[in-house]
Amino acid sequence: MAIEFKPSPSLPPPSTAVGPVAWLRQNLFSSPLNVFLTLFSIYIIYLIVPPIIEWGIINATWEGASKAECTAGGACWAFINVYFEQFMYGLYPSEETWRINLAVILIVLLVGMFAIKAINKLFLSLTILLIYPVVAYFLFAGGVFGLEVVETSRWGGLFLTVLLGVVGIVASFPLGALLALGRRSNMPVAKSVSLVFIETIRAVPLITILFMASVMIPLFLPEGLNFNKLLRVLIGITLFSSAYMAEVIRGGLQAIPKGQYEAADAMGLTYWQSMVLVILPQALKLVIPGIVNSFISLFKDTTLVYIVGMFDFLGRIQAANHDTNWLGTTVEGYAFAAFVYWIFCFGMSRYSMALERKLDTGHKRN
Amino acid sequence: MSNIKNIPSNKSFLNDAGNRSLIFQIVLLAVVVFVGYYLFSNLQANLENRGISTGFSFLNEPAGFPILIHLVSYTESSTYGRAFLVALINTFVISLLGIILATIIGVVMGLARLSKNWLVARLATVYIETMRNIPLLLQMFFWYFAVLAALPVPRNSYEFADFLLNKRGIYSPNPIAQDGFGLVIIGFILSIALAIGVIVWAKKRQTRTGLWFPAYWSSLGIILGVTFLFFAAAGFPLEFDLPQKSRFNVTGGMVLPPEFVAVLVALSTYTGAFIAEIVRAGILSVNWGQTEAARSLGLRDSLTQRLIVLPQALRVIIPPLTSQYLNLAKNSSLGAAIAYPELVAVIMGTTLNQTGQAIETIGLCMLVYGSLSLSISLFMNWYNKKMSLIER
Repeated sequence: MAIEFKPSPSLPPPSTAVGPVAWLRQNLFSSPLNVFLTLFSIYIIYLIVPPIIEWGIINATWEGASKAECTAGGACWAFINVYFEQFMYGLYPSEETWRINLAVILIVLLVGMFAIKAINKLFLSLTILLIYPVVAYFLFAGGVFGLEVVETSRWGGLFLTVLLGVVGIVASFPLGALLALGRRSNMPVAKSVSLVFIETIRAVPLITILFMASVMIPLFLPEGLNFNKLLRVLIGITLFSSAYMAEVIRGGLQAIPKGQYEAADAMGLTYWQSMVLVILPQALKLVIPGIVNSFISLFKDTTLVYIVGMFDFLGRIQAANHDTNWLGTTVEGYAFAAFVYWIFCFGMSRYSMALERKLDTGHKRN
Repeated sequence: MSNIKNIPSNKSFLNDAGNRSLIFQIVLLAVVVFVGYYLFSNLQANLENRGISTGFSFLNEPAGFPILIHLVSYTESSTYGRAFLVALINTFVISLLGIILATIIGVVMGLARLSKNWLVARLATVYIETMRNIPLLLQMFFWYFAVLAALPVPRNSYEFADFLLNKRGIYSPNPIAQDGFGLVIIGFILSIALAIGVIVWAKKRQTRTGLWFPAYWSSLGIILGVTFLFFAAAGFPLEFDLPQKSRFNVTGGMVLPPEFVAVLVALSTYTGAFIAEIVRAGILSVNWGQTEAARSLGLRDSLTQRLIVLPQALRVIIPPLTSQYLNLAKNSSLGAAIAYPELVAVIMGTTLNQTGQAIETIGLCMLVYGSLSLSISLFMNWYNKKMSLIER
């Protein structure tokens, strides 16, 4: 009779090695120092979180027409409620704000069309880059098809912030690519012109560039010719961000193995053919996360236009803080601003991380 | 080869790469020169029309505006040149203190995010992700208009020991040197020389005999001890001017104005979050095998960190850290928005408004920031070279 060997079933791991108790012991209470750190952290959380919840949610007032109606002792979100439209659109006439909304819906639809396979992507890209800006400009500024003219000085709020950021990054892209190519070129003149431009811009703070744009550009133009302030600031932001963009793109160009350049040369491609068809498509793919990161910092930097007297999102909030009906709602205003900026920037940084993983197709040499 | 040479070339002049690059460069240079000349001639015409004389002679004229925070003497009748100096010092001071504080915050938070303690790591992550994703200007406004402006009036100041905290700033006792303080300074210098001597001796002895001596701790002891001995020998020549509350103001003491505090706190907490990420990435970049090897050699955990991990991590950390320092120095210009009298506020704000010397003032600012950036990057490059891997 064959005896079959039957091992007795394994014992379950001891409760000190698995389960929530073990997790706590390993992660929070593994040594006296860790116990102290855990208790200290809990104390800090206790100090910060309950008061914020109490102030911001439990005792908050959500509706009302002035600070006097906020009697619950907590946050006065009614302030945000009342000023919401101004924070979003600045002083844009409220019966015309549908134009901004329409432009936003349009761009969302256009970008969404990339998901449809049947549509030619080149055609779609050109539409977005060439036709859409014209349409959006006339929607915003008016003056055609019976649309009421809205002066750029009335543009403001989150609308202006997004506009400055997006136009800055899109317009700086071609300039940045040219500068990056220039800096890596063999031609001494092109190289030094790009180098001097990039390093000068990167050495000075954005405020000096903005001051320069708002004060000095009129001095450099012939008598009689003048742009409006928004355009001047946009030029300043574009020049500023193109220097940073150039460095990002240069990083991508450097990451392309030499063999690619040599292969393109061997194929008999001209300089521009090899750049546009071979090098840049690979380099740009590598630097997309970097570009998103530049966009995040540019988006945060657009707040500086407030210093040269434009009322972007933060500027509108700062202005609303001076309303005598709402004195003492400073913290609410800043909390709301911080929340909105945080959502935008955090969202984009997560997106850039996801892109980095998705685009990592193993072209890098290990 | 000779056969090829004899074939009549159908290459036109323009098909030669060298010629083309030459022509392109000449055209580029011409465009740059022409644009520069065009802008410059417009500028001259415009300045003439507006009756603005060029040159830096305005620096010798009286400025006529007050500057609240000045470390060198300054009055309203001082010159623009003096105002420039005051602003320059303010920018340097805030940048230097900001760099030091941001580095401390960054290192602590970077290490905390790597902590084995789950809660500490999560807290550090929340801090970093919050600070990084909110514009610096908003954070400055928050500290200045929401936190510091909400402090009580001087009459109801918060008091901690001899420190006062109110709307007007942070007041601390002001140390005033009495007769004989020179002796203490001499003692301090002497103790530093002694401490350096001990460190050099310890290093020499270690290379010669392999024996280890706690040089850094003992040199710290020497500095503190010797200085204190001289201090006692001179009869404690130091008195403190304590801040006194009066009805509307505080008299005496040393004050950190709220503008200064707001800029410093915002700059260092914001940049600290970026530095934390750099520190974390640097430490993660050191191969785990290095730590294991150090352990198998029998090094303690603290020595493993100090001798093995940190020097290798620093190589990865230094280049991005440099650019964060540069950013901090440039971002100190945001102080202009909350009236901290730094370079941009004084020169490009007030001076430009009063004199209309746009080219000179903006040029001056760009020059200062340019040289500030250059000196920070030169210093960090030197440090980087010192720390970098010396390969055989």
